[in-house]
Amino acid sequence: MRVLGKLLVAIYGLAVYAFIFLPVVVLVLFSLQATSFPIPPFTGPSLRWYEAVLGDTRLTSALVNSVMVAVISSALAVGLGFLSAWGFARYHLPRAALLRGLITLPLTVSYLIIGMGILILFNTAGIPKSLAAAGIGHVVINLPLCFAIIYSQMGDNQVNLERAARDLGAPEWKVLFLISVPVMWPAIFASFFLSMTFSWDEFVISFLLTRFDTTLPVEIWNLLRSGLNPRTNAIGSLVFGVSVVLAILFELILLRRNRA
Amino acid sequence: MLPFVAMGVLSFMQHGGDGSASFDNYRQFFDNPSYWRAMVNSLEVTLTVTAISVLLAYPFAWILAEVVPLRLQRLALMLAVLPFWTSYVVRSYSWLLVLSENGVVNKALTGSGLLSDPVQLANSRAGTVIGFVHFFVMLLTLTIFANLKQLSPSYRKAAADLGAGPLRTFLHVILPLTLPGIMVGAFLTFVLCIGDYITPQILGGNNELLMPQLIMMQIGRRGDFPLASALAIILMVVVTIAYLFCARWLKLERS
Repeated sequence: MRVLGKLLVAIYGLAVYAFIFLPVVVLVLFSLQATSFPIPPFTGPSLRWYEAVLGDTRLTSALVNSVMVAVISSALAVGLGFLSAWGFARYHLPRAALLRGLITLPLTVSYLIIGMGILILFNTAGIPKSLAAAGIGHVVINLPLCFAIIYSQMGDNQVNLERAARDLGAPEWKVLFLISVPVMWPAIFASFFLSMTFSWDEFVISFLLTRFDTTLPVEIWNLLRSGLNPRTNAIGSLVFGVSVVLAILFELILLRRNRA
Repeated sequence: MLPFVAMGVLSFMQHGGDGSASFDNYRQFFDNPSYWRAMVNSLEVTLTVTAISVLLAYPFAWILAEVVPLRLQRLALMLAVLPFWTSYVVRSYSWLLVLSENGVVNKALTGSGLLSDPVQLANSRAGTVIGFVHFFVMLLTLTIFANLKQLSPSYRKAAADLGAGPLRTFLHVILPLTLPGIMVGAFLTFVLCIGDYITPQILGGNNELLMPQLIMMQIGRRGDFPLASALAIILMVVVTIAYLFCARWLKLERS
């Protein structure tokens, strides 16, 4: 009975792992296939489609766009998130709870709806679709997250540090940049990384807000229209690789912070 | 900061302003059976996905928390959520590869003689559900795992000392205590699932529409922003109702 139970547990665990990894393995495996359809049987490794993908200027420029949007929008989201968290933590604002609620509201709303809201707003304001518009969209979705992470890490012991600096005659901007920012560095870093991964993967908002120059997920979407295609496998595997590296970096940084 | 708050708020106001100028769009939703159908489809798919994901993820999280040796747990958990980090679009595409008529699953089933004809998995509701479940099993495993780890082992010991068998311990002690983790995960699943456009679009095909697809269609093909806004508002109302329903267990606190 005992043995049977253990066996069942092991089988169940492995089955869930298999379910979780099945699509990724299939994706990567058939990206290495030389034939022009990514379907079984597997015929042997080849890097042909990776070459094709890296030689495709549309995809490489989309890749550059994606990185640019991710870095700039994350930096903006973290900066604004930090400033607003700092404001909320340090000053007594009227109706602070309501305002906080408003900042974190977009967390519960579907990206599709956020994207649409921005699109409608820009349409009425006469701002054309562009990469920058998508970047602003990413700031909107990542700002609440950055705010929540940084705000939750702002403790009272930091207030004392800031007071000490002020007593020693530091002007407000010096307090902010020489005391608050360095003390909050881990939270800032964590929210920056999370924003990067979200922006890097985000599709719907970029899809709605860009026109010709676009980000990688949208370009992959365009590839999908042609059905199963080994190029999509190759580019998908590359994107997966980048995301995994980011995730592992994030994990390592968190781990080191926890140990310290 | 303020321009962004203003923009965030205004972008929501905009929906409301468009919708409430006249109630025609809302009336259209209630009058047109195909729109109703999309909402019903969305709810059916979302509830199915949430239920299956919880049922699959709970035992898995339990195995990770209780059976896997301590020093391997971090690694095991990280492995379990690794595909979580794949891009949304890419993940759905991978499932398309797996489930399509010539895909791995069908080749394996027909090849081993279990089936004579390939089953239609892609471009069906089953495809959408499988794609969603895959993602949310990982999410729920994370939340439930975190919750199980917080439980002190003394609860189980106390229950055992008081004469409860493993089953009763689980039903009366462990399960109620992990309910918050389940509810947080289930709520996240509900919200993310009902608002997602990509998975049903790629895996579900055109046989039936879900709400996000319907909204996208209003924007993309017809440029009917007011109607799309009204539909979006209705979707948000549904999410809010779900939130109120779960709010008892969701204590969003500053930790």
